[in-house]
Amino acid sequence: MNVSDVRKVASLARLSLTDEECLSFGTQLTAILDYVKLLDEVDITDIQPMPHAVELQNVFREDEKKPSLDRAAALSNSPDTDGQFFMVPRILEEKK
Amino acid sequence: MSSTFTGTARLLDALNCGSLTSRQLTENCLERIERLNPTLNAFLHVAAESALRCADAIDKKRATGQTIGRLGGLPIALKDNICVQGMPTTCGSRMLQNFVAPYSAHVVDRIVAEDGIIIGKLNMDEFAMGSSTETSFAGPARNPWNTEHTAGGSSGGSAVAVASGMVPLALGSDTGGSIRQPAGFCGVVGMKPTYGRVSRFGLVAYASSLDQIGPLATDVHGAALLYSVISGHDVRDATSLEADAGDAIRAEEVSLDGVKVGVVDEHFGAGLSAEIKDRVQQAITVLEQAGAKVHTISLPHSKYSIAAYYLIACSEASSNLARYDGIHYGHRATESQNLVDLYCQSRGQGFGAEVKRRIMLGTFALSAGYYDAYYSKALKVRRRISQDFEAAFRHVDVIASPIAPTAAFPLGENVDDPLAMYLSDIYTISANLAGIPGISVPCGFTSDSLPVGLQLLSATRNDAMLLRVADRFQHVSGSQFQLPADLLS
Repeated sequence: MNVSDVRKVASLARLSLTDEECLSFGTQLTAILDYVKLLDEVDITDIQPMPHAVELQNVFREDEKKPSLDRAAALSNSPDTDGQFFMVPRILEEKK
Repeated sequence: MSSTFTGTARLLDALNCGSLTSRQLTENCLERIERLNPTLNAFLHVAAESALRCADAIDKKRATGQTIGRLGGLPIALKDNICVQGMPTTCGSRMLQNFVAPYSAHVVDRIVAEDGIIIGKLNMDEFAMGSSTETSFAGPARNPWNTEHTAGGSSGGSAVAVASGMVPLALGSDTGGSIRQPAGFCGVVGMKPTYGRVSRFGLVAYASSLDQIGPLATDVHGAALLYSVISGHDVRDATSLEADAGDAIRAEEVSLDGVKVGVVDEHFGAGLSAEIKDRVQQAITVLEQAGAKVHTISLPHSKYSIAAYYLIACSEASSNLARYDGIHYGHRATESQNLVDLYCQSRGQGFGAEVKRRIMLGTFALSAGYYDAYYSKALKVRRRISQDFEAAFRHVDVIASPIAPTAAFPLGENVDDPLAMYLSDIYTISANLAGIPGISVPCGFTSDSLPVGLQLLSATRNDAMLLRVADRFQHVSGSQFQLPADLLS
């Protein structure tokens, strides 16, 4: 993984990285990806993927109304709130 | 009085017969925390006031003849990724440095209902990503047997708190060995239950198909007690299993006679320290002398477990940790140009290097063009690994192995080489992939006086049997909980 690959993945992951991090991650992730090539040895013909450790299927429950966090509790950890909403920076550009 | 050093059963007896009050025990724990924590760095938050209030309430209940829950006023500390309403939950991360949990985890509700006392929150690798507690933003927890060595991780704080006698019981979480390995490194008992036995409601997610909460204790009896309290069905976790049918802490003696112990040759091959090999083989001999039958078995795909694990765990982590956007909670960068920049800056500043590395690896493994070659292949290899265990457990009841290739390594040894750190998880990781339960039980010391752990694994849902075998091993091996000599007072 070169620095430009690292930058591309970082942008997909919404991570700002320093130049130094890009360099070290490039080397380290390359070493890890080389190591996981080990999996190519395994015969996986006709093997289904196993996404969960103990496979349960279709766990249903009734769709009932129940109490949930009240507004104050839900907002209590917000970095910026007006007491009613989570505040975010402007998402639409102003007309030039 | 150093009351936390005796076994859990004796501690409960003392509380029940009135020779010890819950307040005395809690004060004793608080005093040790205050004295030892500046060196050992196990606790990130101590809830002294609420713990003493709880202790007084339980003492009062006892004095007035009311029924007391199964935890009987024992103080319990929690890894800092388990939410307790009104307490900080930092996950060892700058990202959640100021986060206060608005609700409690299922396991916390269960502990409180059985009269356990929540005494504080414990140090951990950032978001449980690490094998040494060195990725914590609060700095590493230190091994009480040698403070220049790692406590293990990611539940390093949990293992240290129990090993140093700060608390008799603690909870950790285990995604690839994060309870068993620190327990082994610090000389305590640590158990990872079958996936789904313990509700993950209120546990901050790392890799959801692998994460499981479990107990750490001075002895198997304590671990079994805490396991029996926290396990069971919870509708709030869709992966929650039905209640455990077996009774983990059955009073009567269980014999090891005829118990079939599997041993895997490759577990004792290259890469394993000679001393660890010797202690673990001695432990297996002890089991054999007590009547167990040892069988050589094969787990042909176990050498692929680390590669499969890191692809799966990091992929799940990259998805789970997408929630940290700087909007709803967690760190928010102040100088950002627009919304996307706010996400990138907040995450770049809030996460440490190991978390970023795993998010990067997971994002890559899930990205277009690479999904089949990495993530999907890892899931297929996972099934192979799981099938190996299914086949093995048709012939044996438990599998005995080391916990890690070495005893606790010196702090700093692996921090610049993430792959070397990952490779140290070789013995523990496949249990998480297959969802089976595992336990670490102390089985001696190295010549440098560092603890050695024996790992026992059993088939899925056989948690109660596993605990009984581990308990019998502790009895027949005569391995008592020990404190490091300089912490005896």
